[in-house]
Amino acid sequence: METLWFVIIAVLWLGYLFLEGFDFGVGMLLPVLGRSNEERRVMINTIGPVWDGNEVWLIVAIGATFAAFPGWYAALLSAAYLPLTLFLIALIGRGVAFDYRGKVDNPRWRKAWDHTIVIGSWVATLCVGLLISTTVLGLPIDANGDRVGSPFAAIRLETVVGALAFAGYALVHGAVFTALKTEGEIRERARRVALLMAPVVLLPLVALLAIVAGLWAAVVVVVLGLAMWRLAADRDGQSFALMGLAIAATVVVLFGSLYPNVLPSTLNDAWSLTVANTASSPYTLQVITWVAGFGTPAVLVYQGWTYWVFRKRIGVQHIPAAH
Amino acid sequence: MDVLELARWQFGITTVYHFLMVPLTIGLSILVAGMQTAWVRTGNERYYKMTKFWGKLLLINFAMGVVTGIVQEFQFGMAWSAYSRFVGDVFGAPLAMEGIVAFFVESTFLGLWIFGWDRLPKKIHLACAWAFSLATVASAYFILAANSWMQHPVGIEMHDGRPRLTSIWAVLTNNTVLAAFPHTIAGAFAVVGAFLVGIAAWHLWRRSEEERVWRSSLKLGTWVGVVAFAALSISGDLQGKLMFEQQPMKMAAAEALCHTEQPASFSVFAVGDVTRPDCENVKSITVPALLSFLAHNDFSSEVKGIQDLVPMYQEKYGEFYPVDERLGELSGKPIDYVPALPVTYWGFRLMIGFGGISAGLGVFMLWLTRKNRTPTGWWFPALGLAGIATPFLANSFGWIFTEMGRQPFVVVPNPTGVDGVWMFTAQAVSQVSPAEILTSLIALTTVYTVLAVVEFYLIRKYVRGGIPGVLPQKTDDGALAFAY
Repeated sequence: METLWFVIIAVLWLGYLFLEGFDFGVGMLLPVLGRSNEERRVMINTIGPVWDGNEVWLIVAIGATFAAFPGWYAALLSAAYLPLTLFLIALIGRGVAFDYRGKVDNPRWRKAWDHTIVIGSWVATLCVGLLISTTVLGLPIDANGDRVGSPFAAIRLETVVGALAFAGYALVHGAVFTALKTEGEIRERARRVALLMAPVVLLPLVALLAIVAGLWAAVVVVVLGLAMWRLAADRDGQSFALMGLAIAATVVVLFGSLYPNVLPSTLNDAWSLTVANTASSPYTLQVITWVAGFGTPAVLVYQGWTYWVFRKRIGVQHIPAAH
Repeated sequence: MDVLELARWQFGITTVYHFLMVPLTIGLSILVAGMQTAWVRTGNERYYKMTKFWGKLLLINFAMGVVTGIVQEFQFGMAWSAYSRFVGDVFGAPLAMEGIVAFFVESTFLGLWIFGWDRLPKKIHLACAWAFSLATVASAYFILAANSWMQHPVGIEMHDGRPRLTSIWAVLTNNTVLAAFPHTIAGAFAVVGAFLVGIAAWHLWRRSEEERVWRSSLKLGTWVGVVAFAALSISGDLQGKLMFEQQPMKMAAAEALCHTEQPASFSVFAVGDVTRPDCENVKSITVPALLSFLAHNDFSSEVKGIQDLVPMYQEKYGEFYPVDERLGELSGKPIDYVPALPVTYWGFRLMIGFGGISAGLGVFMLWLTRKNRTPTGWWFPALGLAGIATPFLANSFGWIFTEMGRQPFVVVPNPTGVDGVWMFTAQAVSQVSPAEILTSLIALTTVYTVLAVVEFYLIRKYVRGGIPGVLPQKTDDGALAFAY
């Protein structure tokens, strides 16, 4: 049962990284791919109906961790207090920005919110990467699960590589998504930018995987290579699916190497938090298993339907002049 | 200030702030879904315009509710990790359910509703509105079940020094949540009632376009407000009776009742220093025997006072905090079982007072606009707009009262439930440095202040724009256009 919930939480993170990964990427690339206000509007509209639903994967991943592994939730969130504060502020900023950007017809107003989207997306992605690599690589926690030492304990060379890893992934993933969802000049630009930056910005991801799991990193490298090859061959859809496969392989490698730990102690192996010593009681796990068992398929169906409803590519000609 | 105090300020500020957005979102999404239903069923353009106008204000507010809600989900672990560890087996489940059952529906169908006006068949689009409105209500239920468990722990047994969940059903049907849920939802409708009345009154007074839209809105707002107030009184009375039973100290503190009285009188207003638990120098205007009635439906029953409750609490839950370095300055110190009396006493009165003013004002506005009249004096819209603040204030004071009133506990002992399940707030806090909490306190408060100004500005702009400001601009081929 504990193992099942460890897998469910990994799947929730996978869903989050795959889905919000591209909307983070779109936000990060807003000034690069969107040269005019209309183009930026196009980019925002590609994620407009879905980004909020994507973010719920994070909320549920965190909520499920609280319910299934309270000790993990308590230790990780309190130990990474400051990076998480930054993360929350970034999420607040970009969430409000998507909603408020178009509500006043004024270039300065839009520009301010564009900046908020770009900075918010960058900061949030880096923080997500930091958080995941922290839980995989461990923290100086004591026998009680409390952090010993500096508030910046979560920020080390390896975790910074981890932060950059997810930022790099989001950049490429966001560009591929933009290529998939738009048409005209903006689509061409997205493809070009993705292919150009991929060899450089994906390096930290490979490095992180090599640190954690050695040669297993090669699997992800191959999938990423295939994704770029399909993009170069003008097959956006296949490329996007392969980018999904790449993040799935990444999550499998990271969480697979973490198990049965959930948060290793860098001070003493005996103090590491594991699925066994942080799990809730069997009854509680059973309750949330029922809820997840009925809830999750429904979520997949209606979120999938949302993507179907908004499947059409969009271009600048769809944006009215005033906006 | 120490970690405990800072963490409490932070939780208080972020939660009260979050709960300014939440009731407006809940009330408005249900009413907007209702307006849209009226439009789909009758085809009357007036209802379409109402849906569009109030729907726009809903969206502006919704975003803020969502982003401030994320903070809530994280801060139990960030600032209250000892609490999270202690109660995780019970408290996490409703939170996870809220995410899976409510948040996914809310956010997905809201996106579909915003962008789906021209892309979805009318009835499916309407179903999306109902899906996210009902999900906001469901989410309120789960989080209130979690909060009610802290006020009245049920469905558990003690295992290795921690409460362990034995019945999720007991947690979800806790009598505390069965009373708190209608009270909170009615509070949300009181908010949206006053919101409609105030804004519609201003438009009527300005003789804006679409007079009928504003008359309908004002009428709807008034009736929603009046019914909400009736529901608030009934559910509040139920909650009061439960509180006497479950948390006698909280109710004694609400009344600043020092000595046990039989029959006990209800204090309407006090002059003097209610902070002193010996009750000297307090002159209070009272209604004889009313408190007894509120507590037990019986005008002659006894209500225990603070001075008699303190020794009872000391006997049951201890006189001193345990000696533990994690408790900081409080380690080994005597436990103060009396909540902050000025906060509980005045919080309780301001909640009831503002609630009453809000309902009374609504009825007065309805009377002023009877038979299509519209007063011409500036005081008419001023009264309406000022009235919007009253239910917000009532809600905030209600929460401040009920959460401050359970101190020094974060999980209040259940006098009739499992023995030994309680937690002092001082034991709940994370082992982090005061500087960390101070940083996030300053950062979040600053961001929230800026966003409050922005939201207020946007709402004001769209209120002024009236109906023409919210009707859509069509694009050539109906693809995703300007939607946010």
